[in-house]
Amino acid sequence: MSNNSSYNELVLKFANVNGSGSASANTFCAKALFRMGIPVSAKNIFPSNIQGLPTWYEIKISESEQLARRDGIDIMVAMNAQTYDQDINEVLENGIFIYDSSLLRDFKRDDINIIGIPIAKLCADAYTDSRQRQLFKNIVYLGSLSLLIGIDFDVIKQLLSDQFSSKPKLYDQNIKALEIGRQYVKENIKYPLEKQVRKSNKNTNKIMINGNEAAGLGAVYAGASVASWYPITPSTSLVESFEKHAMKLRKNEDGTFNAAIMQAEDELSAVGMAIGANWNGARAFTATSGPGISLMSEFIGLAYFAEIPLVLFNIQRGGPSTGMPTRTQQSDVLSCAYASHGDTKQILLFPSDPNECFYFAIESFDYAERLQTPVIVLSDLDIGMNDWVVDKFEWDHNYKHDRGKVLNSEELENAKDFGRYKDVDGDGIPYRTIPATHPELGAYFTRGTSHNEYGGYTENGIIHAETLDRLERKFDTAKNLLPQPEIIINSPKTKIGIINFGSTTKAINEALNHLSNKGIGINHMRIRAFPFSSKIDEFINKHDIVFIVEQNRDAQIKKLLVNEIDVISSKLLSILNYDGMPLTAQFLINKINEYIEEDTDINQLIAPPIKIV
Amino acid sequence: MTFIKKPIFRHPSLPKNDLGLTYRDYEGLVSTLCAGCGHDSITASIVQACYDMSLPAHKIAKLSGIGCSSKTTNYFLNQSHGFNTVHGRMPSVATGANLANRDLIYIGVSGDGDTASIGLGQYCHAIRRQLNVTYIVENNGTYGLTKGQFSATNDKKSKNKKGADNPFGAIDLALMAIELGAGFVARSFSGDKEQLVPLIKKAIDYNGFSLIDVISPCVTFNNHPHSTKSYDYIREHNTAMGELDFVPERENIQAKYNEGENVDVTLHDGNSINLQKVDSNYDSRDQDKVVNTLRKYRGEGKVVTGLLYINEDAEEMHQTLKTSKTPLNAIPVNDLCPGIEQLDKLNKSYT
Repeated sequence: MSNNSSYNELVLKFANVNGSGSASANTFCAKALFRMGIPVSAKNIFPSNIQGLPTWYEIKISESEQLARRDGIDIMVAMNAQTYDQDINEVLENGIFIYDSSLLRDFKRDDINIIGIPIAKLCADAYTDSRQRQLFKNIVYLGSLSLLIGIDFDVIKQLLSDQFSSKPKLYDQNIKALEIGRQYVKENIKYPLEKQVRKSNKNTNKIMINGNEAAGLGAVYAGASVASWYPITPSTSLVESFEKHAMKLRKNEDGTFNAAIMQAEDELSAVGMAIGANWNGARAFTATSGPGISLMSEFIGLAYFAEIPLVLFNIQRGGPSTGMPTRTQQSDVLSCAYASHGDTKQILLFPSDPNECFYFAIESFDYAERLQTPVIVLSDLDIGMNDWVVDKFEWDHNYKHDRGKVLNSEELENAKDFGRYKDVDGDGIPYRTIPATHPELGAYFTRGTSHNEYGGYTENGIIHAETLDRLERKFDTAKNLLPQPEIIINSPKTKIGIINFGSTTKAINEALNHLSNKGIGINHMRIRAFPFSSKIDEFINKHDIVFIVEQNRDAQIKKLLVNEIDVISSKLLSILNYDGMPLTAQFLINKINEYIEEDTDINQLIAPPIKIV
Repeated sequence: MTFIKKPIFRHPSLPKNDLGLTYRDYEGLVSTLCAGCGHDSITASIVQACYDMSLPAHKIAKLSGIGCSSKTTNYFLNQSHGFNTVHGRMPSVATGANLANRDLIYIGVSGDGDTASIGLGQYCHAIRRQLNVTYIVENNGTYGLTKGQFSATNDKKSKNKKGADNPFGAIDLALMAIELGAGFVARSFSGDKEQLVPLIKKAIDYNGFSLIDVISPCVTFNNHPHSTKSYDYIREHNTAMGELDFVPERENIQAKYNEGENVDVTLHDGNSINLQKVDSNYDSRDQDKVVNTLRKYRGEGKVVTGLLYINEDAEEMHQTLKTSKTPLNAIPVNDLCPGIEQLDKLNKSYT
């Protein structure tokens, strides 16, 4: 290719059999591309299964940093004969389909380049052990691919060397497998292919990480010391990340650890433990997904009403019910915002990528302790389990953890008349004490039953109503405390806006970029927290039409907006995607174009962007 | 009834313990339970035990679930932090609290509904983990607050207030606790303070999960001639039959007997409960024999009380988890934060 701009713009997809060892080879590939300085994003599309079912791994490679998922595959590495038919159909015209030609097949597409590499045969010849024959197939295709599209071999070697630093034998075996794949290409196939990659410089100060790893690390940096959890896809790796880092970074000389990780018997117990530990002055959290939220709801209500800090990560998956455990959705917005019976409301944070997962994990403990209430970090499977290229983590020397209004022994002695639920400061947030602070002062009774300012049981309706009003006041305080929305004014004159939250941001940016090039300016706001900041009302009121992008059927964030703030619901137009796959820019563009074509009024509201990119 | 305040006045001649505190200093609010409720006797026994042991009340956390029994944490140890959690879930909250601060004394109070039905799972797993808690079940075989349904500890064929048989078998919480590995398992009777107070003291001292299953008659609802956990109230007070809230004043039932004795304790209505006090030859360290003995007596319709089982070598939860000797809640969060240098290293590991 003579035109340089066409380098590093492609989607590469691997089709594999689950449990065959392909995951590490595919991750190596993405990581090697990242280390070459090329912007990449990786999506693991996997089944809820341990072994045998089809699994896919997509890598989007984009020099122009348009890293949302895209339909249409440029290069398909098809290693699963079960899905050949489906896989070959996804390949774009002039695309490439690589398959294991140990068993020759006749494919019915002549508009693409079909490349056969007899991987199973190559492995059968090279290895005697049946397990090695299977496992190294993955490394063999990676070797072939590296030559075909130009992945720097030295980068791959370095990556393997880093990975197997303590296992030199494994390193040698992997290099051998890579060489087998490369040798076959050298001898049999014209390379490099037209679609290829080459070194770039886009990844300075970037890291490649998934959101669960980042959030688990964030909890370590938050000073969390108790994690209680029940395994559930896709949240499990978050606690595993916390455990890995805490066990490494919090080990004492006597062999003990400054952290306790407890795998509970179920989600009810997991959240109960987190509540107990927070009540007792530790920073504690739990992580779960949709079904876990349903189970935890009663306890969430207790923490809300008894005003106990609690951090809860919900890595959303496809619902309802057991739904699609290995697919992504944003369909727990309402069930989390109003989790539990009675008049309840919960604080929600919406991270949009793994970088924000790290910071939100830290801040969530500050908000939970400052506001003395549950904070639910609403991530999702796409953020949580996929590797993203994001800015590296920074640390502000001046940052201090906010433990909120906790009275120490001296303060208790100076306090005139301590009442656990007294609104002393008028911000709706009372002062709390940790057990054993003072021999005679500060003890109180924590309960889910209605209580007066001193924590005493009450059935007095006036007091009960006052408590509910104060909790509402606390939520007003939260509006200004929580992360404010991110607003990008692309066109000061346009009357059209778009709102999103969480993992859809990359697709929005890509779509708005595309529409800008067509002269359609749309202003963008990304919601980062609930309860909603007044900036959200302002943004909506400044526009005549506001698209609201969500990955659920019921337009949950739109309903929450209509419910909670004073906006005209008719100007909120939903763009909904709920097939469980990460959102594509094309889907958004199509939906926005449909709205514009259908409604001439919308057309008139469009103004061009400030500058055409 | 919590608006009734106890008088602040303390008689100057009241005896004081090693901390210079009187029995009254360990009390809580006035009970709102039915007069004569066995639970109030247990409350008094907890107060007595803590007073006798000269425990600093602020170093005790008292936790409970939901139900009559769970209300009682409000009626003792006013200087302790209390936590009335949700129904059946006290064990998990106690576990979390204990994870945060291993140095406090944890007293968990629950009932037979709270523990044997809705909370059975959490109960089992707290035992499995050898949570360091004194877990007191105030066991009356009935749901009091919802007016007298059978609970899961009610014996099969025992009748409810309307005369219907309990169709299902009873869960024996003590036997279950032994099977699940509890380090300390006792059973007692709310009317037997002489036995209960020392048991509570031993349980508090024990480093691990200690259960005291206390049979505690419900004076209002489990009151039939054929009930195995209470007595026939109707015969004596038939004028009160229709009025659910009517409970006459009366003294608590007291039982006094020596070790090894098998006594019938006569209850107010003339009905009785058969108590087998564990004899001195009984080896509470031999798990198999303990289980067999308990099964044997249960088959004979007897209720064995006393310290049933103890394992002094059981590994407490924090030992298993290898948590720091310093309570986790006492380590400043800033010290728990690895800081910028580590973050730089971690950043590098993600490239």
